[in-house]
Amino acid sequence: MSAALKQKKVGLTGNSAVAYAMMQIDPDVVPAYPITPSTTIIEEFSSYHADGKVTGELITVESEHSAMSASVGAAAAGARVMTATSAQGLALMWEVLYIASGMRLPIIMPIVNRALSAPINIHCDHSDSMGARDSGWIQLYAETVQEAYDNTIMAVRIAEESDVLLPIMSCQDGFITSHAIECLELIEDKDVKDFVGEYVPKDTLLDVDNPVTMGAMALPEFYMEFKRDQSNAMTRAKDAVSKISAEFAETFGREYGLFESYKLDDADVAIVVLSSAAGTTKVAIDKLRAEGKKVGLLRPRLYRPWPHAEIAEALKNVKVVCVLDRADSMNDFGGPLFGDVRSALFDLDTAPKVFGRIFGLGGRDYKVVDAEGVIGELYKVLETGKIEQLNRYITI
Amino acid sequence: MATLKELASKEELFCGGHRLCAGCGIPPIMRTILKSAGAPVAVTTSTGCLEVGSTIYPYSAWRTPWIHSAFENAGATISGMEAAYTALKRKGKLPCGDKEIKFMAVGGDGGTYDIGFQALSGALERGHDFVYVCYDNGAYMNTGIQRSSATPMGSATTTSPAGSVIPGKQEYRKDLTRIVVAHGVKYVGQSSPHNWKDLAMKAEKAFAVKGPTFLNVISPCPLGWYTKSEVSMETAKVAVDTCFWPLYEVEEGVMKLNYKPKTKRPIEDWLKMQGRFKHLFKGDHTELIAKIQEGIDKDWQRLLDIDGKAIF
Repeated sequence: MSAALKQKKVGLTGNSAVAYAMMQIDPDVVPAYPITPSTTIIEEFSSYHADGKVTGELITVESEHSAMSASVGAAAAGARVMTATSAQGLALMWEVLYIASGMRLPIIMPIVNRALSAPINIHCDHSDSMGARDSGWIQLYAETVQEAYDNTIMAVRIAEESDVLLPIMSCQDGFITSHAIECLELIEDKDVKDFVGEYVPKDTLLDVDNPVTMGAMALPEFYMEFKRDQSNAMTRAKDAVSKISAEFAETFGREYGLFESYKLDDADVAIVVLSSAAGTTKVAIDKLRAEGKKVGLLRPRLYRPWPHAEIAEALKNVKVVCVLDRADSMNDFGGPLFGDVRSALFDLDTAPKVFGRIFGLGGRDYKVVDAEGVIGELYKVLETGKIEQLNRYITI
Repeated sequence: MATLKELASKEELFCGGHRLCAGCGIPPIMRTILKSAGAPVAVTTSTGCLEVGSTIYPYSAWRTPWIHSAFENAGATISGMEAAYTALKRKGKLPCGDKEIKFMAVGGDGGTYDIGFQALSGALERGHDFVYVCYDNGAYMNTGIQRSSATPMGSATTTSPAGSVIPGKQEYRKDLTRIVVAHGVKYVGQSSPHNWKDLAMKAEKAFAVKGPTFLNVISPCPLGWYTKSEVSMETAKVAVDTCFWPLYEVEEGVMKLNYKPKTKRPIEDWLKMQGRFKHLFKGDHTELIAKIQEGIDKDWQRLLDIDGKAIF
């Protein structure tokens, strides 16, 4: 690795770090609507706008549906577009999420994960972005403030990669990450601008000399071809994430893969979990490793597209896996991550036993002791060879 | 203001080959308005007859940049397009240099009065530089003639049918033009395609204004009005002559009636032309017809009272 570019160490919340990244990226258009816990991202960006630190247009729309709709209009007009949201806001955008991805518009959207109503709750879980997991958006999940900041910057490049051109959600945990101050390294403004580069769209609505029709109606004889092209782009997005993450590591010195493996090489049992809960889980793993237990962790960073083959390869020697979902699919089978992990492992010659646990909904604490409890369950299955309960709620 | 000959010789930006019905009011409305823009126009259209009828892939009737996103978001889509133009112009990144571009959002009455109302109101309040055109055919015609809040009282639609107990829609229509005027935008016009001169003049004025403007244009619909294709413009004219659809504009807050019929025709003249009202003339519905007339009289009188006056 070459010497990483100069960076300054500061303490910031996840939202401040993401807002700072947005200021450094300086997108052409930011349609914005407030919703807890993502609000401070757009508040701080609004201050950057009011203070002349950014050069684009801020549209303070009247709803998240309009935030995403204005994002589509601006992106189709050739602008680099960012917005941010959480929970109900993402749910309200749902219709337009599919339009953004179907029209191949590389919109960048930081998500601050929060539980969906009802009951209304402003705290963290993943039910919001999990509801959008099949919307054709790339999804990254960050464990820390540093990663939320870095992912925001990398997201621009991933979305705009010429053979990808898909919108992207860069997720962090509501309050746990978004409102907690962590020490992180901030990249210099100029280096961020150099890394993200200029967005050069191919066809735009502002090219009045070459008028294009966008969003035409495709009936059964064409619709499927559009979807196949989109699906292929999503397949290519995985390689784009690897490539751009490698370039980022080369430039700035911080390495990110499709997922993070923690003490997985010799692990008998493993936990798979997204985002900030991985940090808590690592503490429990360290504690039990000290007692001689071979426990590991796999934290997916890229969730859409789903790096199923790589994850199967990483977990193939593990004997029992517990997938922790911070969202329930309400399907009497298991959470979304559970379904994806279990399915990815199905074709292994000797697939690990896999069970799922739903945790931390609506901001319920997930503590080291809870992770230890899961590891205890993993060992029970390892010893007995039997999964007593395929799925159930924990931290309850 | 262009003559008819000049208008006719301008390039057609909404061209033939589209699949809108014979007698539909939308194509003449679009052609007249686009020819009056005075600069290239980037257009967004909400889901509806115009969108479905003009852009079935791989064909397009649009010789100008055009996008369809969804049903309820034309106001928000155009906001994004206009903001992109402003930002890219400032940054010197427009693909066609500094060429001036106009922006137009188009929706039917369903996409404007009902589901797209919030996005429209938001865009008007924020002051984006665009023209919003509503083609008002008085129901959700694209999905098969369902009632909207623009549907006239007494009209039979598939969700307000002429039943044996309830004879069609029982409510007055929403006065959207008046609601848009209340937003305080610089130009609002209500027009009809049978009067090309009125429509072209209003479109010219709307595009000339810097900021949001609104045109509400009655759009005859042979399918939903149960009329013959060849009488569309006549039906629109009678809508104006009965004062069901007054032609007026509010420019910088000053109200102006553009047309006062010499003799205000009774609303029956318009109702009788259309199959959607035929049930009103079978059995005794004189009370309902009187109520329709009463609403029109009240609205017309209100317009006469404020004609020529500053209203905000």
